[in-house]
Amino acid sequence: MSSIHPDKSVSERLAGLAPATSRGVGQDLPDIGDGSLVEDPAVRAPLVLNNRSFSELTDIVCGYTENKPGKWWLIALGAFGTVMGLGSMLILYTIITGIGVWGLNNQVDWAFDITNFVFWIGIGHAGTLISAILCILKQKWRTAVNRSAEAMTIFAVMCAGLFPAIHVGRIWFIWFVFPIPNYNWIWPNFRSPLLWDVFAVSTYFTVSALFWYMGMIPDMATLRDRADARLRAGPRPRAVPFLPLSADRIRAFVYGLGALGWRFSSRHWLKYETAYLLLAGISTPLVLSVHSIVSFDFATSVVPGWHTTIFPPYFVAGAIFGGFAMVLFLLIPARELYPNFKDLLTLRHLENMAKIILVTGMMVGFAYAMEFFIAWYSANEYEADVFVFNRLMPPFLAGADPDHPEAVRYAPYWWAYWAMISCNVISPQVFWIRKFRTRPLAIWIVSLLVTIGMWFERFVIIVTSLHRAWLPGEWHMFYPTWVDIGIFVFSCAMFLTFFLLFMRFLPMFALSELKAVTPQANPHPEHEDGHGDHHGGDAAGHGPQAHATPGHGGKGGH
Amino acid sequence: MDLPKIPTRDQLADYVPFLIKKGSAKFVTPAGKRVHGIMAEFDTPAAVYHAAELVRDEGYKVWDVYSPFPIHGIDKAMGIPRNIIPVMVATGGLSGAALGFIMQYWMTAVDYRMVVQGKPYGAWEPFTPITFELGVLLAAFTALFGMLMLNGLPRWNHPLFKKDRFLRSSDDKFFVVIEASDAKFDLRATRDLMTKAGATNVEVVEDDE
Repeated sequence: MSSIHPDKSVSERLAGLAPATSRGVGQDLPDIGDGSLVEDPAVRAPLVLNNRSFSELTDIVCGYTENKPGKWWLIALGAFGTVMGLGSMLILYTIITGIGVWGLNNQVDWAFDITNFVFWIGIGHAGTLISAILCILKQKWRTAVNRSAEAMTIFAVMCAGLFPAIHVGRIWFIWFVFPIPNYNWIWPNFRSPLLWDVFAVSTYFTVSALFWYMGMIPDMATLRDRADARLRAGPRPRAVPFLPLSADRIRAFVYGLGALGWRFSSRHWLKYETAYLLLAGISTPLVLSVHSIVSFDFATSVVPGWHTTIFPPYFVAGAIFGGFAMVLFLLIPARELYPNFKDLLTLRHLENMAKIILVTGMMVGFAYAMEFFIAWYSANEYEADVFVFNRLMPPFLAGADPDHPEAVRYAPYWWAYWAMISCNVISPQVFWIRKFRTRPLAIWIVSLLVTIGMWFERFVIIVTSLHRAWLPGEWHMFYPTWVDIGIFVFSCAMFLTFFLLFMRFLPMFALSELKAVTPQANPHPEHEDGHGDHHGGDAAGHGPQAHATPGHGGKGGH
Repeated sequence: MDLPKIPTRDQLADYVPFLIKKGSAKFVTPAGKRVHGIMAEFDTPAAVYHAAELVRDEGYKVWDVYSPFPIHGIDKAMGIPRNIIPVMVATGGLSGAALGFIMQYWMTAVDYRMVVQGKPYGAWEPFTPITFELGVLLAAFTALFGMLMLNGLPRWNHPLFKKDRFLRSSDDKFFVVIEASDAKFDLRATRDLMTKAGATNVEVVEDDE
């Protein structure tokens, strides 16, 4: 089916014009997978496979919302929706009874609640990162993932916002966080990082939602126009009994409202592009600021293990790391389940994200190491003690304490620390090997491990730092109750339910951006050297685009 | 710089037809309908790009290119100057930051002063994060709503939506529409120009009324 033969063009280039052998220069050519994994620097890897035309792209992407989804979708929605419904009862239970139903105690007064908050808000960073930072860096491959990553961001931030809201215990006093005076006319304390957090997270949610919505305006207009065209062509089957409503009439109305009357005017597009780029520009420092501010919640305290200046960059790197892992975790199954998804989300996209996971994973690993270095270098015995005897030391390595030879000191949460290290630092190392970062299953497994590891990272930071601070008389272990676990499961189910609904009802790809990165979108095909017939061996200069998609580069010119 | 213009009476009538009526029509169809403009269809971005250059060089002012995605460089082909959205967003961002800072300073150092952590009442350092966040918030709102406002959106309907062919502008077709309110507009000459530009289909668009 594919008319792309990058393999051929690679061999032709390596062997000059002679089409003799495919392995001309005595080295094994890399496996190019679906055609997107070309390693030849003169060949630009196609961003969309199989030479999809504009209307094919429209059909593929709109088809995801217009056609009935597979059985898997209903089953998954039913399962996650049920868990979400049951889990919401636990939130009600917490609010009615009080947070005593959680496993908190006097020493560990933040545990699952804030762990989950930081976990979800971290996941929520990949969407805006992909949209904003990759947009500014002109990384065209972002078009395949930005929409779903942004959707994921919104849902993750919703999950994140839930936990601080319920952890206050008396949620009817939550208005204390807003800048309105309380009963005694006292304003909230603007010197508290917890209040900064409220502003950062709510701004982040609002701006991500605006960004997401703005990107969807043209795509909702496409869905509206398609529904409208079908309505004009003739009567449509009813969606509901007895009412003269067809699915297309509902679509035309709802997407029509969402599209705000968008009519694909170039004068509009130009302002739209300016505004979108600016939104990306202001979102970039926003993404970095939000997780920095989340880290201030800990870093501005004096608790050993929290009071660390490396926290802001360390948290941001961890957020990007965990967020990309979640994007991959969701999209690799979607890629298998939806028809033609693989044309839009190629192996190269997955490979790029695997590389980002590898890089950010090592940044996180560096931060872990740096915490130990600073604990030693600062000569602060509490800090050193926290890192060695709260986190690191497994029982089988623990030596006896010289003062109390009968007591063997080891870190009670050593398994959480080592789960974090093995998932976050060790598991991504497989991506040094090309075979692993080009196999969706391998990437999916690593992304699952990273997601687990990132949850443990927050657990380690929060619970292990708190459970043995200062006086040994105050030391307490934290054991989660079934409500703790249930609410975390609820948040996962809510996240997945919303994502499934998004997949069904909203455009999963930024269609206009996807079309704009195809070769046939170029308004100057005649300047593109080497298109059409003579795309063989001529030159490293302009050929690449035409190499990757012969036949289409020239379409516009004739 | 593409400064926002004061809307004409006919443009306002598109939004509030119950308040403002349009002036008399310069062109009407044989059926007596007001002519909105001439719509020409093209198959490729390259074709519509060259057509746009042609229309620009003919000196038309009230016209537009419709495409499923922003065509690279179309602003040059259409002769559209840069827009003022960056200025608006900067203004919005700076206002948000200023308001955020003033709000915190007034609440902490003026209205109800309290000693927290032994710091001066009006120390600016702890106000930085919220100042920044509110600046970003207002800048983001300005970017989206400023863009919509300058584009005259949201808008319920448009004469072009009546054209069945036009719906494909959201799929894979490209259109040039020259509006009848342009001073140079002429039914015959404009149609000929579009044919010369290589349009695959040329139609007259009627107004809503």
